[in-house]
Amino acid sequence: MFLLTQIEDFFCYIGNILYFIKDTFYWLFTKKRDLKSLGREIIFVGIDSFFLVSLIALFIGMIIAFQTAYQLQQFKSEIHLASLVALSLVRELGPVITALIVAARSGASITAGIGSMKISEQVDALEVFGVEPIDYLVVPKFIALLVCLPILVIYADLLGIFGGYLVGSFKFSMSFGLYMRMTLESLGLIDIVNGLVKSVFFGSIIAFICCFEGFRPRSSIDVSIVVTRSIVRSFILIIVFDCILTAFFYFV
Amino acid sequence: MKKEMIELNDVKRSFGEKSVLKGVKLKINKGETFLLIGRSGAGKTVLLKTILGLLRPDSGTIFIDGQEITQLSKAKLEKIRLKFGLVFQNSALFDFLTVWENVSFFFKQHTSMSRKEMRKKVTQTLSLVGLSDIEDMYPYELSGGMRKRVAIARAIIYNPKIIIYDEPTTGIDPIAVDKIVSLIKDLHNRLSVTSVVVTHDLETGLKIADRVAFLLGGEIIFEGKNQDVKNTDDKRLLQFIQGASGGPIKEMEV
Repeated sequence: MFLLTQIEDFFCYIGNILYFIKDTFYWLFTKKRDLKSLGREIIFVGIDSFFLVSLIALFIGMIIAFQTAYQLQQFKSEIHLASLVALSLVRELGPVITALIVAARSGASITAGIGSMKISEQVDALEVFGVEPIDYLVVPKFIALLVCLPILVIYADLLGIFGGYLVGSFKFSMSFGLYMRMTLESLGLIDIVNGLVKSVFFGSIIAFICCFEGFRPRSSIDVSIVVTRSIVRSFILIIVFDCILTAFFYFV
Repeated sequence: MKKEMIELNDVKRSFGEKSVLKGVKLKINKGETFLLIGRSGAGKTVLLKTILGLLRPDSGTIFIDGQEITQLSKAKLEKIRLKFGLVFQNSALFDFLTVWENVSFFFKQHTSMSRKEMRKKVTQTLSLVGLSDIEDMYPYELSGGMRKRVAIARAIIYNPKIIIYDEPTTGIDPIAVDKIVSLIKDLHNRLSVTSVVVTHDLETGLKIADRVAFLLGGEIIFEGKNQDVKNTDDKRLLQFIQGASGGPIKEMEV
């Protein structure tokens, strides 16, 4: 019996979130956007994340370079360091790490922000003033995430590659020119597209899950619960979709 | 011309297994101040949200200014909703906007009024509720009583026909309560609107109201003139007036 209600709840949840996504797309195309609030969201989601993304991308690049160098040493083929670092960053780690950072940082604050508006009746107040909460609160965040995440991913890729170069230059005294040439030779258009498609998917996941959970709390205790839940669910979905998309691009 | 502004017939609404409104009948006339009382959790807020069209009733009909609203589409409901100005229980000011952006929120969303005009209108409306020079402050910088006034200003700025006060005196000190009460009376006379006050604070409510309804257990068990309340022989209402814990209404019953 318990299992049955669990399954029922699960499908209810899926159904509700699909409705939510439908409504978001409906409002996305029906109303004119207020550029000021859109700008505020983009600054918050994108520009404020730059420092954190820079820091982590640089270190990830260096870590990957060290690990790859260690494995390549066994085959005496350290020369491929640049290509391997570039490929694993652009195809995989850049999008995933960036998405996880943004989910943890902006996603949490999106859920907490909408959640506290919900429990203090500010969401109801919007409706009373004839403003649709999804249109006013969700759509700008959705657009901001869709715009910012791909840009952040490209930026993270570049910094990661630079981190890789630091290791390459100190450990194997590779010149900047050589390292970059090896990097560019190994990267194809499909790899870049792969990373960007992933980032668009991850951005939507963060927007939908974190906003949807934000509308669910009924009391202040619920706010902490939904924040935790939105982060956990975004993480899980990001990894699951990463796996699906990686498999897709592998076979394409 | 009908004389009722708001008319509810046999409105029912339940959440899951729990039925909150069990056939509410209510008539609120144009231009009167109407008091809706009931215990905390009696379904007052649910009833309010149903009247505003934020919740759809399971059955029954609701007429607002002569128009039936339960079957209307979302877009038409939004139009009806503009007849209402709602003052929320906890003021529900938008924390991320300044006072003047809060008060002018309606104009910003629905009209193309210039910033200067809005600013002027906001200053006028704020002075109507007895506030000045706080336009550029944020809600969290204000006291509870001031927030309430800002919330009232936000609700009346677009000249609604009906102003609803949800628990207007909860959470503010007694002197501020008295000021809010006289403000509600004052606005009612000056703006010639229909006012609906929803509260569990009977004493304060009676200072304002022309007519009173008592909501208990999801039904209106008393509806009458202000004076009738004192002469009532309904034991449940008497218990509420006296604030006694012993009587026909049990502790757990709402």
